[in-house]
Amino acid sequence: MNYWNRRFTVFSIFFAALFLVGFFQSWNVAFAIFNICIISAIMALGVNIQVGYAGIFNAGIMGFAAIGGLAAVLISHPPVTETISIGGFSILLCGLIIGLVVAICILLNTRILLSKITRRLLISLTIIIGLFFINFIGSPAVEQIEAFEPAATGFLGGFGMPIIFSWIIGAIAAGFVAWLIGKITLGLRSDYLAIATLGIAETIIYVLKNEDWLTRGVKNVNALPRPVPYELSLQESKWFIEFCERYQFPLVETSSIIVKLCYSSLFLTVLIVLFSLFEIALKSPWGRMMRAIRDNEVSARAMGKNIKARHIEIFILGSAVVGLAGAMLTTLEGQFTPIAYQPLRFTFTVWVMVIIGGTGNNYGSIIGGFLVWFLWVEAEPFGLFIVEFVTSPLSETNSLRAHLINNAAHMRYVMMGLLLLLVLRFSPKGIFPEGK
Amino acid sequence: MAFLNATEMLGGYGETTILNSCTISVNKGEIAVIVGPNGAGKSTAMRAIFGMLRLKKGQIMFDNQDITNLKPQERVGLGMGFVPQTNNVFNSMTVLENLEMGGFLNNKDKDKNIQDIFSLFPILHEKRSQTLNELSGGQRQQVAVGRALMTNPKLLMLDEPTAGVSPIVVKELFQKITEISSKGIAILMVEQNAKQALAIANKGFVLVQGENKYTDKGSSLLKNKEVRKAFLGG
Amino acid sequence: MDYFNALALIINFIVIPGLTYGSQLALGALGVTLIYAVLRFSNFAHGELMSFGTMICILFTWLGQSYGFSFSFLPTALLFVPIAVIFCVLYCIVIEKFVFSFYRKQKADPIITLIASIGVMFLTAGLIRFIIGPGDQSFNDGVRFIFSVRDFKNFTGLEQGFGLKTTQALTIGITLFLSISLFWFLNSTKTGKSMRAFSDNEELALLSGIDPNKVVLVTWIIAGSLATFAGVLYGLDKIYKPFIFLQMLLPIFSAAILGGVGNPIGAFIGGYIIALSELIVTFAYKRVLGYILPENLAPDSMMQFLATDYKYAVSFIILVIVLIIRPTGIFSGKTI
Repeated sequence: MNYWNRRFTVFSIFFAALFLVGFFQSWNVAFAIFNICIISAIMALGVNIQVGYAGIFNAGIMGFAAIGGLAAVLISHPPVTETISIGGFSILLCGLIIGLVVAICILLNTRILLSKITRRLLISLTIIIGLFFINFIGSPAVEQIEAFEPAATGFLGGFGMPIIFSWIIGAIAAGFVAWLIGKITLGLRSDYLAIATLGIAETIIYVLKNEDWLTRGVKNVNALPRPVPYELSLQESKWFIEFCERYQFPLVETSSIIVKLCYSSLFLTVLIVLFSLFEIALKSPWGRMMRAIRDNEVSARAMGKNIKARHIEIFILGSAVVGLAGAMLTTLEGQFTPIAYQPLRFTFTVWVMVIIGGTGNNYGSIIGGFLVWFLWVEAEPFGLFIVEFVTSPLSETNSLRAHLINNAAHMRYVMMGLLLLLVLRFSPKGIFPEGK
Repeated sequence: MAFLNATEMLGGYGETTILNSCTISVNKGEIAVIVGPNGAGKSTAMRAIFGMLRLKKGQIMFDNQDITNLKPQERVGLGMGFVPQTNNVFNSMTVLENLEMGGFLNNKDKDKNIQDIFSLFPILHEKRSQTLNELSGGQRQQVAVGRALMTNPKLLMLDEPTAGVSPIVVKELFQKITEISSKGIAILMVEQNAKQALAIANKGFVLVQGENKYTDKGSSLLKNKEVRKAFLGG
Repeated sequence: MDYFNALALIINFIVIPGLTYGSQLALGALGVTLIYAVLRFSNFAHGELMSFGTMICILFTWLGQSYGFSFSFLPTALLFVPIAVIFCVLYCIVIEKFVFSFYRKQKADPIITLIASIGVMFLTAGLIRFIIGPGDQSFNDGVRFIFSVRDFKNFTGLEQGFGLKTTQALTIGITLFLSISLFWFLNSTKTGKSMRAFSDNEELALLSGIDPNKVVLVTWIIAGSLATFAGVLYGLDKIYKPFIFLQMLLPIFSAAILGGVGNPIGAFIGGYIIALSELIVTFAYKRVLGYILPENLAPDSMMQFLATDYKYAVSFIILVIVLIIRPTGIFSGKTI
């Protein structure tokens, strides 16, 4: 029961801090922070089952989050009929070719009759022929699609379905990519896995930045449909105006808080569901087996456990959760901006969350996600305050002072680094150690 | 007082005690052999004497100095040389470089020592610019011994030098070890080939569960019926 | 004649830039591989160390320029590289003292040290952005070309030609000099050999009386120096961007793994293989084929395997292939 006190205290501190932000900055800011805190917590949960349950170091979180973001675009954006009629068929054909190539490769790989070298040659040949066809069919189509009103569309659009579906699709897509990369890298040493996942993440982002026909690239996709009401429609609806008048709330601010609250409740639902599932999984025989494998691979292997298969399982699961969180983030922001995916922000910050919260502890991931995101946002005003204070002897127009004040926001990286180093050194088990 | 005197050693890893009032001593020019069943703490005794294991109790005197609390590197400086059982050479380096690394602290006699080692192990001279992973097991053991000799040790400690080498090579290695001891170097070794080792030994220690069971001249132990029956396979 | 034109195109667009970029990667990969071999962890902060050294060099170059320093036709920055090296090495030593030495003495799992290096990466990235800002900085004030494409064309009378930028010649020359010095150091000096011995078998190195602290110190001195040179040469040749160094981790690590982690010669060669493959795969061969094929076969399309934007992805593809086929790399690594 001791643990409960500790959990209660730590979470209370967080909510008190959030309350202070609401009170002194604004409630809008506080809820905006809180929403992303929840998403961060979900990402941290996903990463935590990889590192905490199985000891897998995934440095490609950014990529899986971006896949989720792409899913949000493809599911929710209305289809662009003009571009589809121009190049939709060719693109579909290319998709079929890719599917065919993947199928042939898998088939070739499982046919044990052929020698290793023949198998590899055939696989390479299949891929090269496939690439040739894709280039031949796809390139002209892509050029035409991208040339169509590039300032407004220039891409195929999506399926025009409710954006909530993308949460599931994003998770499935991220899981599929995790399966591919896991097949290759799991079973190798853990730092190879880290570098390979770093690579897959970067590669995914290059694709998203450059394949304009799919994502509009760096031109971004804006104004994705929302799962919750719009502020303007609230402000115009009669019941809402009456509601605000009755309690004397400011109309505009209240509407945006209500919208954020709607998001919060959606996100919280997901968080609670996932958290409960993970807690059950952790205490189930499956979870015990995972931890047994993590703690002693040699003896687990000796007991006949298929470690690589278990690792792939958990790698897929964790990455799918990150994909889900990525889709949620794009849903919340209402736009998809490939250049926003920076490894420091997406991959390594999530790592800080998991480690600070306590690897292997789901409560830890949640509080880690909450606290670190809170600090990440609040580091900016805080850093500014410190810089202004330190440089206050200098005159207002001093160029050094101006320069430092200008760069003060980057102190957040310094803070993340220090936080990670200090926790790793002095309290490596984090806020909530495993099992507590 | 013997040249090396390790008395009443008590120690182990963590909670488990492996050495239990174990006493080992060697004199200059002598060969002392530690034998005993698997898990008797033979290698642990060696590691303890060399300072790679912290003792809970006991004292180690070397050349009339108390070295109980010295680090392994400091013991090398005082004149102790150690050949571990495994990983006892630098695999990616050449024979010559291995010897040079052995003499890292002892620069002034380096060339002379290398010549001495080459005359002791002529094959190494031939293979001096080859890397260790190209050498046979016996040759690697020779390099390992040579590396330890580079520091001009007054006491050379060998942990199972003949493990995993062919019988012919075992014989040759024991010959070389006798040769080294005849130069006035004290030799302490742990051996699986107990009979052959005791045959060249001046002194033998039979360890059982970290305790001295028998301590006698090598030849007497070989004759001792109980020892033969229990430890030497009849 | 046409063949010479094709060759000139390939030299200008693949060979020279490939060797230049390869040199920059090789210097980075050498640092990564040395740290791996001696300190036994993958240093994710290496890109930021490169960035840090470069930033110091830029700051001193600005200071020097304001006092009227210049280095005739060479970039002024070269004068200040030694100072930058000293700062970067000092920074490495401070980091070692306060962060890495703790995990080394604990014999922590390499992955824990790797996570600590991510903390260092954050910290360094933040300091850099705080001090010099996140924007691009161009600091090359030397003469641009040793000879330009036009000089070459005028000289030979060919339709196509290749030029050599001062920074390209400098990069390749300095890299060769540094790498050869490093290999000589590792193979022929007592300290260098002791580093190899330590990397090969730590316990035996200790038994031989090799001082671990000295080995670690020398490793950081070398890694910090190489990182500074790599960063400065990259910045001179292209432009200094604080964001680029995290992206460069991928090709650098790919080069190190391709060559065999912990193997300096492997890292050196790996750097060039990665760089040349990037350019070979993303180069548009249309003009080259126009020269060597008969006219009726000349291609209409760009004849490009991958769009130039996917340059960095190439190193990932190579990495994946290496991991599938031969995870130990070309020269099976792990020790120096």
